[in-house]
This record gives sequence, structure tokens and C-alpha cells, in this order.
Amino acid sequence: MSTAALPSTDEVWTWLDQVPDPEIPVISVVDLGIVRGVEWQDDTLVVHVTPTYSGCPATTLINIEIEKALRDRGIEKLRIERRISPAWTTDWLSERGRQKLEDYGIAPPQAAGGPDHCPRCGSKNVEKVSQFGSTPCKAQWRCKDCLEPFDYFKCI
Amino acid sequence: MTRDEAFFEFLLRMGDNTLILGHRVSEWCGHSPVLEEDIALANTALDLIGQTQMWLGLAGEIEGKGRSADDLAYLRDAWDFRNVLLVERPNGDFGQTIMRQFLFDAWHSLMLGRLMQSSDTRVAEIAAKASKEAAYHLERSADLVVRLGDGTAESHARMQAALDDHWPYTGELFLSDAADKAVAEAGLAPDPASLKEEWDEMVTRVLTEATLAIPEGAYVHKGGKAGTHTEHLGYILAQMQWLQRAYPGATW
Repeated sequence: MSTAALPSTDEVWTWLDQVPDPEIPVISVVDLGIVRGVEWQDDTLVVHVTPTYSGCPATTLINIEIEKALRDRGIEKLRIERRISPAWTTDWLSERGRQKLEDYGIAPPQAAGGPDHCPRCGSKNVEKVSQFGSTPCKAQWRCKDCLEPFDYFKCI
Repeated sequence: MTRDEAFFEFLLRMGDNTLILGHRVSEWCGHSPVLEEDIALANTALDLIGQTQMWLGLAGEIEGKGRSADDLAYLRDAWDFRNVLLVERPNGDFGQTIMRQFLFDAWHSLMLGRLMQSSDTRVAEIAAKASKEAAYHLERSADLVVRLGDGTAESHARMQAALDDHWPYTGELFLSDAADKAVAEAGLAPDPASLKEEWDEMVTRVLTEATLAIPEGAYVHKGGKAGTHTEHLGYILAQMQWLQRAYPGATW
């Protein structure tokens, strides 16, 4: 790819926005707020990615998915860099990402420390089952009206 | 001891504490009393192992001999490990595991809070990342200590026994040696002794709410920070390292 043909970083962002999170495929890695920067260093594309939790096992897979998506678009020179600072926060989840989580049945993070309502029936009568859930980024809650358990995206 | 030697030593201590505790806690995976606790303990272990990768990764960088985090985790023997004895103690019953976690989490959250002010940016960044996770661990372990301590006669007795067992191992977290003094002087990390007062206050508050009595003896078991371990560490390493020892360089 000659320098003249390098795609713009805006275009790269739209491609990345089509890469799903491997554990919560309803949102993209951009919605999740873990892509922290995209830049060209000469003819090499550098993508900065931050982990959600330091031990999140999906991190390696996410890097592979990002690399694959960009290679499929014809990017040849590519480097994915891990950036841990500033530390990831759920404040970086996009508004659209929050809505998609809710639609999917995962309560989005709330500053109050717990879900506002059941993502299935909307009842505010909910209780915590466990501070940890099916992935490092989630906790388990239950609706006391529709009786369904549901995931809550931890607020950090 | 040069500044970098002391720095390396300090990073090994941070990374070995999280590595050995992470491995210990992961032993519960598939064995916990209820599914939710199984998941919670596995997640806690995962966070600790993730933090280990950062600490030992930086340790290898500072050492400058080309050793990776994996090399340091899998190819050192017991006498080269620098974790405190508390974290290698056996899991015992669920109460003992939770009490050990609480005593460690309280120290860990204070230590990471101070490390966020480190003169070394890399240390400050790792601490900022890890402190969010440690705060969450502390919230959970403190909550469980109160619920079980101030629970049934059975759970109270088990939590008191767990506290009595672990207590003499907590003092090592606050002992300072030449390496600690060197990193403190360089502004890299706080002197461990300077965390003691705040830890005492935090732990006393929770244990009092849990209706548990703080043991009186002042005896301190020590040695881990200098590489003198209990027999338990060898068994952990045998299980953790055998694959890399039997098949050097094996990858997934």
C-alpha cells in the first residue's frame, strides 16, 4: 500500500466499530471504550488498546480480532500497543453501547453502584446476587418481580 | 545494593504476592460452596494474575537480563520467590480463604493507593489500574468477613479460628529491610511500616463489626520477602511450574 493510499484514521475507526467484543458480541470494541487511539506512524498503523480488567482473558482474543479486521481491509503494516494509563473506566462506554447492553439484557453501569432497573421487565425491585458474574466486567443481579437473574455491567 | 537491584526486588515482591495468592485462590475453581462464590473467587484470582503480568513484566525490564513475566513466574525456584508467607498459606475452609483475602486486600488497597504517587510513571500506572480491582476485592472480602463473623455460631467460630491462624502472618507486610528503604528513598514506593497504622484502623473497624476478637500475641512469622518460605510454597510451585519444567518453552 503506498502512502498516498493510506486510509484515514476516521475510516479505521469505523472499521474498528464493526469488531465485536468477543464476550459481549452485541457491542463493539469501540463501544466498550477500549480502543484509545489510532494513528499512522509513517506507513505503520498503530492502534492503542487498553484492557478492561488486567487479567481479562479476552484481551488477547480482542487483539487478534482487531488485527484480523484491519488485515482484511488491506492494512499490512500494523502494530497493536497496550496502553494501561489512564485506566479503563466504564465512563468510556458509548451511549449507544449502553443502550445495546440494555437491549441485550445486561444492565448498563450506574454511578450508584447497582442497576437502576431490571433490563427485562423494567421493575426497580432488584437485588444483588453476587459482586462477580460471568465475565470480569459483570456482576449478578436478580429481579424480584419477574424473578429473572440478569448480568449487571460493573461500574468502575 | 544499587537502586535498580532494590527496585527489581520490590517489583518481585509485588508480583509474587499477587501470583501466589492468585494461584491459591484459583484452587477453589470448581470447588466452592456455591456457584456464585466459585465465580467470584475465580474472578479475583484472574485479576491478581493479570496484575502479576504487569509487575513481573516490569521487573524483567528493570533487571535487564531479558527475562519475561512468564520466565520469572515459571522458571524460578522457591528461594527466589519474594512473596510474604501469608499468601502461600493453604486455603483451609472457605472462612480461612476469605479471612486471608481480607487481611491481604486491606494492605493491598493501601499499598496501591500510595504507589499511585510513585516517582516511576510505570509503577504509578500499574497501581492505578490494579487499585480499582483491589478496591472491589476489599469491598467483597470485608462484607463477607462481617456476614460470616456476625453470622451463626458455627460461622463465627470458624472466622475467629481463621483470624487467630492468619494474624501472626500479617506483621510481615509491614517489615522494612534494606531494599524497602532504598525504594522508599528513591520515592518509588512507600516504606511498608508507614502503612501499618491505617491498616490497623481499617482492619479493626471491620473485625469489630464482625464481632471478632483481634488476637493479642505480637509474634510475627517472617522470611518470605527474603526467600525463606514455608513448605507450602514448594507444593504450589510444583503444580504451577511442572509443565514449563517438563516441556521447556511449550506454548498454547
